Amino acid sequence: MTRRTVVLYALMALLIIGTGLLQSWNLALSILNMGLISAIMALGVNLQWGYAGLFNVGVMGFVALGGLAAVLTAMPPVGAAWSAGGPRILLGLAIGAAILVGAVQLWQRMRPGKTRVLALLALLIAGFILYRFVFDAGVVAVEAVDSASTGYLGGLGLPVLLAWPAGGLLAAGAAWIIGKAALGLRSDYLAIATLGIAEIILAIMKNEDWLARGVKNVNAIPRPVPYEVDLQQSAGFVERAAGFGLDPVTASTLWVKVLYGGLFAVVLAVVLVLAQLALNSPWGRMMRAIRDNEVAAEAMGKDVTRRHLQIFILGSAVCGMAGAMMTTMDGQLTPTSYQPLRYTFLIWVMVIVGGSGNNLGAALGGMLVWWLWVMVEPLGLWLMQTITAPMPEGSALRDHLLDSAAHMRLMTMGIVLLLVLRFSPRGLLPER
Amino acid sequence: MTDILNAIVALLNFVVIPGAAYGAQLALGALGVTLIYGILRFSNFAHGDTMAFGTMATILFTWGLQALGVSFGPLPTALLALPLGIAATALLTLGTDRLIYRFYRRAKAAPVVLVIVSIGVMFVLNGIVRFIIGVGDIGFDDGARFVINARDFREATGLREGLALRTTQVITLVTAAICVALLFWFLNRTRTGKSMRAFSDNEDLALLSGINPEKVVRVTWIIVAALATVAGVLYGLDKSFKAFTYFQLLLPIFAAAIVGGLGSPLGAIAGGFVIAFSEVFVTYAWKKVAGYVLPDALEPGGLVQLLSTDYKFAVSFSILILVLLFKPTGLFKGKSV
Repeated sequence: MTRRTVVLYALMALLIIGTGLLQSWNLALSILNMGLISAIMALGVNLQWGYAGLFNVGVMGFVALGGLAAVLTAMPPVGAAWSAGGPRILLGLAIGAAILVGAVQLWQRMRPGKTRVLALLALLIAGFILYRFVFDAGVVAVEAVDSASTGYLGGLGLPVLLAWPAGGLLAAGAAWIIGKAALGLRSDYLAIATLGIAEIILAIMKNEDWLARGVKNVNAIPRPVPYEVDLQQSAGFVERAAGFGLDPVTASTLWVKVLYGGLFAVVLAVVLVLAQLALNSPWGRMMRAIRDNEVAAEAMGKDVTRRHLQIFILGSAVCGMAGAMMTTMDGQLTPTSYQPLRYTFLIWVMVIVGGSGNNLGAALGGMLVWWLWVMVEPLGLWLMQTITAPMPEGSALRDHLLDSAAHMRLMTMGIVLLLVLRFSPRGLLPER
Repeated sequence: MTDILNAIVALLNFVVIPGAAYGAQLALGALGVTLIYGILRFSNFAHGDTMAFGTMATILFTWGLQALGVSFGPLPTALLALPLGIAATALLTLGTDRLIYRFYRRAKAAPVVLVIVSIGVMFVLNGIVRFIIGVGDIGFDDGARFVINARDFREATGLREGLALRTTQVITLVTAAICVALLFWFLNRTRTGKSMRAFSDNEDLALLSGINPEKVVRVTWIIVAALATVAGVLYGLDKSFKAFTYFQLLLPIFAAAIVGGLGSPLGAIAGGFVIAFSEVFVTYAWKKVAGYVLPDALEPGGLVQLLSTDYKFAVSFSILILVLLFKPTGLFKGKSV
């Protein structure tokens, strides 16, 4: 903890408190909560980039998988759908997996040559037909079950807090697959592979209605904190709210946000402490040694690709967990809301601005850039109003400029990223 | 016999022609990516948004020409505006290079830093495009819509299947062919082109033999601007212009460049068509073609679609992974490691 760290974190706190005093506490708490989640995502990316120099531009995919985990863990199972086609879907997926494993085995066991290629093609084509035959009927049956309100298999009905580690596991699984294929090649390839996997995860979530209702969204995911309505009806809560001079409605929304904030802060603290311990352990030193000079590390007997795979999985798991937390807070899963600019590249801006390689920096960047992201819109509108004030009422340029204020965000983030990279490439809190 | 002809026409209509047009658009995009990679040695994530910018500039000039009453007969006015759009985009790429990339080039920054920088440029360009032209859907193809109309074709041949050949598809293929021919002529026959190839092959040796690196870089950016604008305008004419679709083209374009071999122009073209045809092939519903070719008893009940159209990303991605696993340098030996 240097003095710079303390001062910058104090300034961050001041920004949030200032937002509360000048705008509203509701907004300040929303920013804080999302900022905490962003900080966790930034820590995940920092693990990969700051420790190991891995360039992952598929953060959105891992975040979305976390959201999927929230649905699969916490939503009650849909009994009718399970009896209609659940086993058939599972059987279809098992067949698909078996065929892929079989194909890999076949490729490794048979001698290279024409026979091997033909055998592989035959297995894949026959397997695909069998898989679609079993799987499709199950999907049709499940999606027909009360498709307006369910039409999917539902989840396991477990407490929603379990979804957070589950989101991490799901993301870790995806990271293992992608890491196996793309790590060990040049860094740009990993970037493009992760960009692709993120789009595919999103495509699956949008189209496989039996899984999580696709674009029909899953609403009313159970919450780990009480509902506002229940709080407003509890006499004790209303009394305590009155003690603070707040009406029950405002007090209940604030209290729910405070509870979420507390949960997120605990997770952030745990992740941060673990990340710091890891960074200063022999393992962390090895990672940085690999990052700084792969050839030398390899000469010292370190298995670079394996270590990269390890940290790639860890970082993705952290992002997945943050994704599950975010979906829990929203209470719904909307696959169309995942945009790469927002969930991948913005996280990168956070890490770079905060200071890559420094966990406290990445976490600070997460909160600061999120605050900026929320604030740029009203600031942009204000700026445009000031610029257009002297223009005549109803002029086309004036209207256009006012309408475009909403697009200021992307440009601001790009400019911030470029300025930081150019003039302070080590970020606000540089790596020691 | 007519069944076979019908099947061939259906195949042409829904697979070959759209695939070829899309492939040409991807190939032009991938050429831009691969040139930047060969000369400047980084993967330019801002390429999709450069295409969007070029298309936007061309649309604005098209509107200007239309307001002046200029038209290009049966061809879209956008083709007349294309040189102006290219000029605007070239100014943009040269400007970003001067303002942003040059600093890192001189500092000999690691390629991955340049990739991150290009992400920053991508954000800014995306913002500029949205700021100027908005996020709405803009169609800007005027002129004749069809070269061959499906109904006319049916009446003329007496087949059940109609063949529709849209003007934009023909323009795409012709323009792409001209661009590629010009590019290869430039790279292989002119002095500047040769120095570009030398620079790409071996930077130190090229510098030693007195090639001016700044000039090579400038020419590269101008060519890339032209390729990006042409690719973007052709895609926009064929589908329609939307600010964020170009960002989504990034994945198939990169897949095309890598499949062909990063840094190899010939590979980029091959890669573009490989990706485009596999996307169309896998996501096309084969029911119609199968219905003509197979005997009635075997006629399929379903759509015979291998994957739903929404999974077209998955196709480019799977090809990418296969190439990475089995032939990381791509089909046409590009740069590796």
